[in-house]
Amino acid sequence: MEAIMEPGEQENIRPINRQTFSQRLKSYKRSPLSFFLLILVSLSSLITVLALLFLIAYILVKGVPCLTPELFAWEYNSENVSLMPALINTIIMTALSLLIAGPLGIFSAIYLVEYARRGNKLVAVIRVTAETLSGIPSIVYGLFGFLFFAVTLEWSYTILGGAMTLAIMILPLIMRTTEEALKSVPDSYREGSFGLGAGRLRTVFRIVLPSAVPGILAGVILAVGRIVGETAALMYTAGTVAGIPENLMGSGRTLAVHMYVLTNEGLYINQSYATAVVLLAMVICINAVSGAIAKKAASKNK
Amino acid sequence: MKKFNEKAMHLVFLISACASILSVVIICLFLFVNGIPAMGEIGVFQFLTGEKWKPGNDIYGILPMILGSIYVTAGAILVGVPIGILTAVFLSKFCPCRLYRVIKPAIDLLAGIPSVVYGFFGLVVIVPVMSELFGGSGKSMAAASLLLGIMILPTIIGVSESAISAVPDSYYEGALALGASHERSVFFAALPSARSGILAGVILGVGRAIGETMAVIMVAGNQARMPRGLFKGVRTMTANIVLEMGYATDLHREALIATAVVLFVFILMINLSFSILSRKGEA
Repeated sequence: MEAIMEPGEQENIRPINRQTFSQRLKSYKRSPLSFFLLILVSLSSLITVLALLFLIAYILVKGVPCLTPELFAWEYNSENVSLMPALINTIIMTALSLLIAGPLGIFSAIYLVEYARRGNKLVAVIRVTAETLSGIPSIVYGLFGFLFFAVTLEWSYTILGGAMTLAIMILPLIMRTTEEALKSVPDSYREGSFGLGAGRLRTVFRIVLPSAVPGILAGVILAVGRIVGETAALMYTAGTVAGIPENLMGSGRTLAVHMYVLTNEGLYINQSYATAVVLLAMVICINAVSGAIAKKAASKNK
Repeated sequence: MKKFNEKAMHLVFLISACASILSVVIICLFLFVNGIPAMGEIGVFQFLTGEKWKPGNDIYGILPMILGSIYVTAGAILVGVPIGILTAVFLSKFCPCRLYRVIKPAIDLLAGIPSVVYGFFGLVVIVPVMSELFGGSGKSMAAASLLLGIMILPTIIGVSESAISAVPDSYYEGALALGASHERSVFFAALPSARSGILAGVILGVGRAIGETMAVIMVAGNQARMPRGLFKGVRTMTANIVLEMGYATDLHREALIATAVVLFVFILMINLSFSILSRKGEA
């Protein structure tokens, strides 16, 4: 079916039968229920936004003064309670998890979108399992990682075990966003490539993937956000040692775990505030970058 | 050579795609193999309905934790669902375009804030307020419910908003043409048609709430006894696992894994109803 108007044109059409404010007030007087509903709807949105603003403002106001230089010392000891090792562990953990989950997730999505035939039974099974994975709470991942990596493989608490647990956790997220990004690449690109004699593999890597990169990137960054904020899945897989491990088979805690341990001990409330500020700042940046890339992806495919 | 490459990469893609299946299978396997025997040893009935959890005396009953999880989740639903659905209505039908560009990222950010930060916020803000208003330590079911209610907002808003936006405009326009006001058209014509989608969002929110761990641990008090009231401490299944896994051995550890199995079964049921509902919403 052919659309009559281009989407761009539709936006330019403005309604001419606008109500004035007094007219609107009059109609609300006639129907109090409508007014009540309007109030209800606006109020709830206000609560939602205020809850977020209050949380961020509270943490920032209380936490920014607690950001002292010794918090960023290279070595952790009970005097400076440095968050630097945890920060570095977070970066290592993020890189490692992405290294495992990124290719797996992107390749799975390629299979689902580019290779699988319609009505393939396997595809249905993969969809169901991905949905299941995305619903599993992080503590169950943590327990599984503990049982599998720490106990059965006898690794004890390791960065690698934690990263692999997280990789399974973010796999469905990367799969879904990549799938959507691939689907939004117009079929004419593929047809053009096939028409020029390229094989399926070349089409996927040279034509489809490059045009889907912004969408995939937005998903990957969203996954980074989840890794940075994860605690429950890491406590019993990567452990809670407050230092940078010598290799990947050592134990170390990420920033979120660091913050939980500090808060739990109850001795370092100021440092907890400071850690919360750093975590919040990271999450805000990650969200902003992901949003900007997603917007770019959307405008590119229009 | 080229043909070989094609075949090989096809295989690589296929194997990658099976990774998620493999993950689900081994997660299920490890949980059930490690958890079911303990349930057998303790007695399934005793494990699920026992009112006492005393690992020191080898008494393992997780009814307090099951009820704790259910109560806290119910409280979160009471707080989060009305606000969430109404905000979704606002976003999809009332919000001026310019405001939308501010609120939408704010809600995304709400979803991105780590649960430890939420928990910490609850600990330093909600718990003292609760303690001031209702006495006691403030670490209570009410505090946990309130905090979780805020945490599930983005989930409910996201799913509900897309459900409401998916309702054909003609429903709303028809109601408007019959003389209904904008609000009435939205609430009595468009909203009922988005019913199953909204319900799916609520169920997804339930899943989030029941599986949430770190935030709940910090504000719920975690006493392993039958829940006694809204303003008394409570322990959820997730908290039970995290608190005791560090030092548990033998049957105690297996009982904790069995707790995770119960949680897992809850989640599977929730997921199943979510996918059934969202498929119904699409059709």
